[in-house]
Amino acid sequence: MSAPILLGRWRLPARPDALAGLRAELRTALAALGATEPFIAPVVLALNEACMNVVQHAYAGNPEGVLELEMRHDEGMECLVFQVLDYAAPVDPATIRPRKLDDVRPGGLGVHFIRTIMDAVEYPPPPPGYGNCLSLAVRLDRTFPWEG
Amino acid sequence: MSFTTSTRGKARIVALAGEIDMAAVPKVRQCLLEAVKSGAPVAVDLAAVTYMDSSGIAALVEGLQTARKQGTPFALAKAEGPVLGVLKLARLDKVFTLLPDLEQWDGLGL
Repeated sequence: MSAPILLGRWRLPARPDALAGLRAELRTALAALGATEPFIAPVVLALNEACMNVVQHAYAGNPEGVLELEMRHDEGMECLVFQVLDYAAPVDPATIRPRKLDDVRPGGLGVHFIRTIMDAVEYPPPPPGYGNCLSLAVRLDRTFPWEG
Repeated sequence: MSFTTSTRGKARIVALAGEIDMAAVPKVRQCLLEAVKSGAPVAVDLAAVTYMDSSGIAALVEGLQTARKQGTPFALAKAEGPVLGVLKLARLDKVFTLLPDLEQWDGLGL
């Protein structure tokens, strides 16, 4: 089985104003694979939420932080695999939980979005030099019933 | 992101446009809370919103909760496409009053 093919790598300031540009580039990269809007919109949303968590929680708003995102195509599994990496202090994955949806209040939805949209969500040990690593995978034939 | 606030009968209409993300949310929160705290019924026109993430949803929920506390109506109008998708994903499409257009809600007193 061949290793997943690297399709894109982004490195950006971990700041709210950097995320719009990343979303635009992710849209372009996904469209280049032949993906259409009902797939692109939720996948970009989930990746944006993962990056938001780095900005808000891992770096706690420190504007000097840097985050990286990698996108790979796993042909054998017919899925896209993403890694979100940062250089912040390690976060205990056990503390990253979605809130109950019937508790209607502002905030706390990002983890729910990520886990609902992605087929796999894992926190592998980060590569040397990084603080945290989030690995996400979504099947290319995945459909999202709330879209459209 | 941009927004405009207008009055229509007794109601305050907040029309949002563009991408409602983490960078835009401070301004969105401010304009929504100002509209709600005016005491008027508030409808948020989402027709021109092209993207909304969980931070934008949080701003809308804060507006709703503030309106509920003071007993004034709060509704979302013209939520379509990806914005409606995000509301459904958050299972908030049954929590908010959703209006297909601004004429549909008698509570606004339009």
